[in-house]
Amino acid sequence: MLAHGFGCDQNLWRLVAPVLAEEFRVVLFDYVGSGRSDVSAWREERYATLDGYAGDVLDICRDLDLRDLVFVGHSVSAMVGVMSAAREPGRFAGLVLLVPSPRYIDDEGYRGGFSEQDIDELLASLEANYLGWSATMAPLIMGNPDRPELGEELTNSFCRTDPNIARVFARTTFLADSRADLATVRVPTLILECAEDMIAPREVGAYVHHAIPGSRLVTLAATGHCPQLSAPEATAGAIAAFAREGV
Amino acid sequence: MRAGDHRDEPEFAALLEDNPADLYENAPCGYVSTLMDGRIVKINRTLLTWLGRARDEVVGRMRFADLLTVGGKLYHETHFAPLLRMQGEIGGIALELRTAAGARLPVLVTSKVRAGADGRPLLIRSTVFDAGDRRAYEIELLRAREAAEAARAAADRAREDAQQERRRLQEVLATLRRSLLPPALPDVPGLAVAAHYHTASPDDLGGDFYDLYPLGDGRWGFFLGDVSGHGPGAAAVASLARYTLRAAALHDSDPASLLAILNTAMYEGQAGEETHYCTIITGVLTRAGDGFAVTFASGGHPPPVMLRAGGGADYLPTTGGVLIGLLPEAPSVTVVAELRPGDTLLLYTDGLIEARTHESTDGGTDGHSDDEGRYGDQALLTFAGHLAPATPGGVIGAMAALLDELGEGLDDDAALLALGVTPDAGTTGAGRRPGR
Repeated sequence: MLAHGFGCDQNLWRLVAPVLAEEFRVVLFDYVGSGRSDVSAWREERYATLDGYAGDVLDICRDLDLRDLVFVGHSVSAMVGVMSAAREPGRFAGLVLLVPSPRYIDDEGYRGGFSEQDIDELLASLEANYLGWSATMAPLIMGNPDRPELGEELTNSFCRTDPNIARVFARTTFLADSRADLATVRVPTLILECAEDMIAPREVGAYVHHAIPGSRLVTLAATGHCPQLSAPEATAGAIAAFAREGV
Repeated sequence: MRAGDHRDEPEFAALLEDNPADLYENAPCGYVSTLMDGRIVKINRTLLTWLGRARDEVVGRMRFADLLTVGGKLYHETHFAPLLRMQGEIGGIALELRTAAGARLPVLVTSKVRAGADGRPLLIRSTVFDAGDRRAYEIELLRAREAAEAARAAADRAREDAQQERRRLQEVLATLRRSLLPPALPDVPGLAVAAHYHTASPDDLGGDFYDLYPLGDGRWGFFLGDVSGHGPGAAAVASLARYTLRAAALHDSDPASLLAILNTAMYEGQAGEETHYCTIITGVLTRAGDGFAVTFASGGHPPPVMLRAGGGADYLPTTGGVLIGLLPEAPSVTVVAELRPGDTLLLYTDGLIEARTHESTDGGTDGHSDDEGRYGDQALLTFAGHLAPATPGGVIGAMAALLDELGEGLDDDAALLALGVTPDAGTTGAGRRPGR
């Protein structure tokens, strides 16, 4: 199962999913509130904590009756995977944490890379860009089941969502502190980090690696926070090698 | 061409000056080219000037994201970069540059991926527009939208509060209204009883009241009245009337005496600007053979209707009585009638006969209304005549439906009380006499 992070939707896996599908059954999804999910099902109370997102993952697991699952979580979804595996360990054969961070904001003795003011700035950036999008976003948000091409034609549509939903997701993502959850991991875990990633710097990768006993850490020769786009072959290769072992 | 004829003109000199290299360096917008990993390989003078940086500080040393504020970097990494990768281009994204001096410069960025001959993405070209004024305007728009949303939310809350307040008021009114009526009518041997109270508006109180109560010795007292006006004042007076009558009846059950006592209590009890009076019928039921003798007195109240066992209906005239509570003395006239098996006596308040009717769509009102467009007493008599003979339950059922039909036409509450003789009264009534 490939789980997208904050910002865009399952389209981010477009270069990786076909490679993995040659060998494995691949499950792709959008969290409620993202991509082409049913926005009417979104409730702030549920999605204001990462537990709500883990609920989406487990709902899908139950619906599809998934077992021996290798869960690949990008960015914030890495921690969603950790929480899901803690709630229903029987379903998970392994976790791939792609550029994870259990806490983005600096704390005493911990460097996540950001301050709370930085997160406010991000929220302002979201606001600024929604201003220009809101008019053309309407058809996408309202949903046009009879005319799907309306949605397709919109540029930047993979990263569009309702501004209020994005704000809640951003706050949930960047203000969360999931460091304690790392100790709950009992399944084989692969941590993939990028050589240069300002959102999940290498010292955070090392922190996660230390916090999960028996985990493996692989540094991809990639820059940025989306190695599945910037280095798809290496990313898919590492995931496939790990999944092969598990199976 | 004119230019060819006048090569020494200033336009031509300007054209020569505007060569591509100069256009790139000094364009009215910033240009920057990066490798796919974001490292800056080329940047124009305009953008360097905005940033307050030297070329060799930037080229080969910084990434595009390094030029942004921290929040902008987060946005770049989570939205901008992935979109650019997937679409090959991205336009009009609002970001903020961080200048060397630490100032923020709002910009709009458009980027396009340039592929090499083999189709692989090679570099990213971006144009950067100064958007200071536009962002200021957009921020104003955002503020205006936030203010509008806040105002709408406040209005929603106020409306919700008002609705809640209204529901609360309606509950209080419903409780008060119930206090004017007996919780349930008593079970009177040999007598069939039915009553109905029609509330014109859940937001208001009428002053209608009725009761039926034992007097001992197999006799029963009843009354039905209507206090003038609406609202809490009228309801309070109706409550006063009901309790006064019930207390007085313990000592003297004579209908005319009761009206005199009530008149004194109401007349002397008038205080403040609000004065209320009432119309009322009080009566006593006494077993007589297989039926009942009904003795009643009216204080200015509409006459009761008698629906006959043999069909047809007529008013029992109550002329001579005056309004209660208006004058120091209120003489009343006592009427005696016989309630035979199959007869039904109907008492009502004027909410019914004063209801406004709509002739054109009028169905259930029998096409009747008086000159002023009111339902009127003739319509009521005709309606009752069609019903007769009927049991109290049947009469009240039909009248309740009629009231519902009049709907909005009812300005005032309406109370109905129907009394009849149960069919088996003649044979078993004696067995139910007091002392059973």
